[in-house]
Amino acid sequence: MVTTTTAPEEARPSAPGKPRRRRPSRLPRSKLPYLLLLPAILLELLVHVIPMVVGVWMSVLELTQFQIRDWSEAPFAGLDNYRATLDVNGPVGRELLHSFWVTVLYTTFSVGLSWLFGLFAGVFLQRPFPGRSLLRTLFLTPYALPVYAAVITWTFIYQRDTGLLNELLTVTGLTDERPFWLIGGNSFWALLVVSVWKSWPFAFLCIMAGLQNVPTEMYEAAAIDGAGFWRRLKDVTLPMLRPVNQVLVLVLFLWTFNDFNTPFVLFGGSAPEQADLISIHIYRSSFITWNFGQGSAMSVALLLFLLLVTAVYLLVTNRRREHA
Amino acid sequence: MRETTAERWSRRVVLTLLTLFTVTPLYVMITSSLKPLRDVQGAFTWLPSRPTFQAFVDMWSTVPLGRYLVNSLLVSSVAALISVAIAVFAAFAVSRYRFRGRQVFSVTVLSTQMFPGILFLLPLFLIYVNLGNATGIALYASRTGLIITYLTFSLPFSIWMLVGYFDSIPRGLDEAAQVDGAGPMRTLFQVILPTAVPGVVAVTVYAFMTAWGEVLFASVMTDENSRTLAVGLQGYATQYNVYWNQVMAASLVVSVPVVAGFLMLQRYFVAGLTAGAVK
Repeated sequence: MVTTTTAPEEARPSAPGKPRRRRPSRLPRSKLPYLLLLPAILLELLVHVIPMVVGVWMSVLELTQFQIRDWSEAPFAGLDNYRATLDVNGPVGRELLHSFWVTVLYTTFSVGLSWLFGLFAGVFLQRPFPGRSLLRTLFLTPYALPVYAAVITWTFIYQRDTGLLNELLTVTGLTDERPFWLIGGNSFWALLVVSVWKSWPFAFLCIMAGLQNVPTEMYEAAAIDGAGFWRRLKDVTLPMLRPVNQVLVLVLFLWTFNDFNTPFVLFGGSAPEQADLISIHIYRSSFITWNFGQGSAMSVALLLFLLLVTAVYLLVTNRRREHA
Repeated sequence: MRETTAERWSRRVVLTLLTLFTVTPLYVMITSSLKPLRDVQGAFTWLPSRPTFQAFVDMWSTVPLGRYLVNSLLVSSVAALISVAIAVFAAFAVSRYRFRGRQVFSVTVLSTQMFPGILFLLPLFLIYVNLGNATGIALYASRTGLIITYLTFSLPFSIWMLVGYFDSIPRGLDEAAQVDGAGPMRTLFQVILPTAVPGVVAVTVYAFMTAWGEVLFASVMTDENSRTLAVGLQGYATQYNVYWNQVMAASLVVSVPVVAGFLMLQRYFVAGLTAGAVK
């Protein structure tokens, strides 16, 4: 029987004195898989792995504009950058902590709303009706639009004097005065709306893919048992979507937490204090002050935080899956 | 299964609200691109006072949009093609072979997706600058550097999606080819790839979209000559004036090709996601 298509690891053709006990596989087991992976590995090394190692190294250096030309000369700073970064009583640490909380709030709302929108759109588009495929296409459009084109349109909508939003608010008589949306306290909500607009189609896409695996008989059986809309959602749809949701929520969380593009384009290169997401905060404190050592320390701290959250999340969700 | 009245109405209400939410910016983009300049300088109007294509003409001279467009096209298509070629080989290895480090490779590659881009940005910036100084190969502020960077961004997801696709191709087909004496490469090119064409096309479009829409690295790694649309589009805002009609026209022009490509291939994305998600 040929059930495995691949070579057993331990049976290397060149292993001396080790008679091949298993039948030879159909594909040469040699080094071919490694050769096939080589380009991918090299590029990942160059763009991701090495820079990450370098980043960690930079975070323990005193690396400012004076050392940038020849950064091998940069003096070793030990944990000084981390101390400055994480000291919540110092100015650097206080601002970082502030932007951390802004990002936590932003991510929580954005992921929650995107997931809810995606779920309801997915559920309501399960049943065929005229115009269904048109709606599906329309809902996916924001995901396909280049980020900057979409976000710059939102910048226009939010303009105080020429934007659609304030026009709508004054015409309907909701406000007399035209509020600012891209500076001050409103900017957080403005940013959040753009984020949801841009992320929920991805949630919708994944949930739609997941719903295709739910057999219609399950709904019919639930309906015969007298289950209404919410019961079907809770007892059939959500349990069936659990594997999709596990990945989807994690991916949305990581993307949103690291989001740089939305605030960068929306606010034109910087961000008001109330919407100062952590990526843009690190970017600005690195490239405006040219303090790369400190910027790297912040990035490493952010990475460690994300790793921790991911590990806990996977542990908890996997355990719940096993107990379910 | 009958739909109750309450269900039908909540479906209509929810879908209508989501439609309005989705459509509003698209509506603003399209109508504003057809407005004369003075329409976008005063209070917002729902329709152009006099529809005109003037913005589509003027946008090329206000900023060097043509150069940005060529840069974006070049960078995105080269990055997409190389990325897909590399992903095809990697996915073939992961899907068809069991080898030491297979799991490690898959996990490592996927996990690079979760790292904050800002973490790579600073070191990569310095590496490119220093590598350039040392070897004379311009990586910083060049399209080559941008291509190398972007193709790795789409690589993890492309590999993941292609593995899903390849796994769904029955191995009986490989075996039949092998009986005919085909080696691994012939098996890949004559059996697997032809069957996985939709997946490969979807992944190519995804890689193109990733490069086409990237902002963070483009804002640091480019200069005036290698600037892409992601950064160039912000050039319509001068100190005194923002040519919103031209911004919207340019946004529309740079969006239409990718949106069209994505929407035409959407069901292959769904298929690819399903294949990946059920594992």
